[in-house]
Amino acid sequence: MKHRTFFWFILPSLSAMVLFIALPIVSVLIQSVFVAPSQVLVTTQSCGPFGCTETTTVDAAATAKAAEAHPLGRFNGLGTYLDRAHLATAEVAQAWHDSPTLGAFVRALMTLPFYSALAFTLTYTFAVTPVALLLGLAVALAVNALPRAIRGPTIFVSLLPMIVTPLIGSLILFWMIDARGIIGATLQWLLNDPGLSLKASPALTWLTLILYGIWQQAPFAFIVFYAGLQTVPHETLEAAMVDGASRWERVRYVVVPHLAPLIVFVALIELMDNFRVFEPIVGFSAEASATSLSYAIYSDLSGEVPRFGSAAATSILTVIGVAILLAPVLVRTWRDFNRKVV
Amino acid sequence: MTFWKISALAAAAVLAGSAAYAGCGLKSGKVAFLGNDFPAVQDVVAGAKTCAGDGVTVSANLNKDYQKLQVAALTANPAQYSATHVTTSSIVPLLSAGLLRPLDDLVAKYGKDLEPQQLIKIDGHVMAVAFMANTQHLFYRKDILAKVGMEPPKTYEDVLKVAAAVKAKGIMPYPFALNTKAGWNLAEEFVNMYLGEGGSFFKPGSAEPSINNPAGVKTLTMLKDLVAYSNPDYLTYDSNATQALWESGNLALATLWGSRGGSILDGKGAAPGVVENTVLAGAPTVGGGKIPATTLWWDGFAIAKNVSEADAEASFVTMVHAISPENILPHSADAVWLVKGYKPTPASAGVIATLQEGSAKSYPLYPYMGLMHTALGDTLPKFFQGQQTAEQTLADAEAAYTTAAKAKGFLK
Repeated sequence: MKHRTFFWFILPSLSAMVLFIALPIVSVLIQSVFVAPSQVLVTTQSCGPFGCTETTTVDAAATAKAAEAHPLGRFNGLGTYLDRAHLATAEVAQAWHDSPTLGAFVRALMTLPFYSALAFTLTYTFAVTPVALLLGLAVALAVNALPRAIRGPTIFVSLLPMIVTPLIGSLILFWMIDARGIIGATLQWLLNDPGLSLKASPALTWLTLILYGIWQQAPFAFIVFYAGLQTVPHETLEAAMVDGASRWERVRYVVVPHLAPLIVFVALIELMDNFRVFEPIVGFSAEASATSLSYAIYSDLSGEVPRFGSAAATSILTVIGVAILLAPVLVRTWRDFNRKVV
Repeated sequence: MTFWKISALAAAAVLAGSAAYAGCGLKSGKVAFLGNDFPAVQDVVAGAKTCAGDGVTVSANLNKDYQKLQVAALTANPAQYSATHVTTSSIVPLLSAGLLRPLDDLVAKYGKDLEPQQLIKIDGHVMAVAFMANTQHLFYRKDILAKVGMEPPKTYEDVLKVAAAVKAKGIMPYPFALNTKAGWNLAEEFVNMYLGEGGSFFKPGSAEPSINNPAGVKTLTMLKDLVAYSNPDYLTYDSNATQALWESGNLALATLWGSRGGSILDGKGAAPGVVENTVLAGAPTVGGGKIPATTLWWDGFAIAKNVSEADAEASFVTMVHAISPENILPHSADAVWLVKGYKPTPASAGVIATLQEGSAKSYPLYPYMGLMHTALGDTLPKFFQGQQTAEQTLADAEAAYTTAAKAKGFLK
């Protein structure tokens, strides 16, 4: 294709990408390096149904006037990125200096909001992604071996976790795992521990969220792998059978290599999906024990006083996190691409 | 002119006449109200809608997340809503951004039926009109108290004693609850208890935090002693959860919002024996203090600044009509109304008892209080999970607040 033709061909999608992806990211980046203008505070008296009190209020007119010259607020450079709510460089240095052991340092790190959110986000991503992939593959192989008549209904049922809205799904499970809910009460009975609560301890909350994540993510892997299984060449499988390969060997040496590109694709999508885990934390009311980067952004934006700069900085850090996470896969794809050209 | 034309005209005239009557004396105007969604607000909106007709339109968006829409909706010019629901805390961001219209002239012109205590005055100007009061207070079960042979508690120390007795007798494993869901609810319990301990959140005359002190430590210790009598799930308990626990008969004592009293006493969804034994009492004191460990809240309405003078006037008249005694008093059971002639009902006994105490404090009206509340909500769970000491937690809360306050321009 000529360069000129290629340019005209790609122009519509390129402009859409600039408009809907690049520009918003630039806008978020700009917001993240500014903080709100200094507020002009005045001491006043406020009176209401419960009497009068001395209080402080913002002089809205004076604040607006002072901010006129700088509509974006005060330039703060990387200040927001380095503050306690984000990378917390000063606090981390202090903790490093004060901690006698590595364990103490990690504990100190976990009291900082960004690092505790990052810890859960990474644990969730790396626990859910491989297990969901394996489970999806196992279900796909099992469904593929079923007689044709019952395949349709089985596929439909297997896809249900993906059809249920994540927030609703987690909310339903939240009530089921309650100490008085069907799962919670059954677990208490099975383990003979009337005090058992899946919601009380951080460890069990993490486990619940991860299990929920696997339940929710596996159907996507399943449906893609199932589609892939329909394209496995029969000749190769039959040849393997003639050579005396067991079912496991056929899967290991024929099916999986055939599905490899799909596995990379699903892994990529699920890594990205899991890195922005959010709904289950809200649904399971798990914010006491587990927060994620997305949850941190939500909590900045939904407070009584929304904090756009702080949310913007966390967003940029999330983008960087996703880029780092996907780098190995992208580098590999790039190498494959170059090899093909040569 | 044919007969049918005459009758059509006559009918139109009759309709127009009744519409003018229904318009609360208004000729025209667009009233759009944004508010929270609970029965008392629905009563107010129903009253406002009686003003619609003949050029006056009244619409309402009642939404649990109204607070998140408020600032953006009123910043627009013209504002998306002409009138908005405000509370002790949700008025603050609107005041800080200068989005509310001072109401002095309208009160002078149309406010003769309003009680002086309904007027929310900031720096001498009326900025909002309150219509109801709310607070958290004690609910107890008189049958359970009789079983353990104890008096109704007046202090949180008494609450601990009663809870211990109920547990020791094996009546209930977890006899007490309060709204301790990590985040806003848990922070609100801290605010209540801390004010009961006589603490203040900021250094006088500044936005510098001052919660890492003996009162703060005592507050956290008391809260932790209390939740020892709560189900281990307590960090997920919001108002809906605690109401359900109460109605299921699993609690002997609880600190709940007064506004839940009506729906608890209506008997819907309650286990047998719960409703008739539920008593609503004033908020307990703590640590030998005299101030009830709770905060007083009002709910009211305010008028947007960015609307035309005619719409502002129509909105004010409509809202004043909506909260007038004749509209509100038939709904006495739904809230503690701050209107002339309101008579307390069993559902409001706890709020009234707390108000009569006289010394209970209003929720602090500082522009940076919201940031303090969020910081507390984010950091306190670590203490309750036993990962940090009270002092560490309070130091963390101060640090989180300071970071936020600097970014919002309240601190240098």
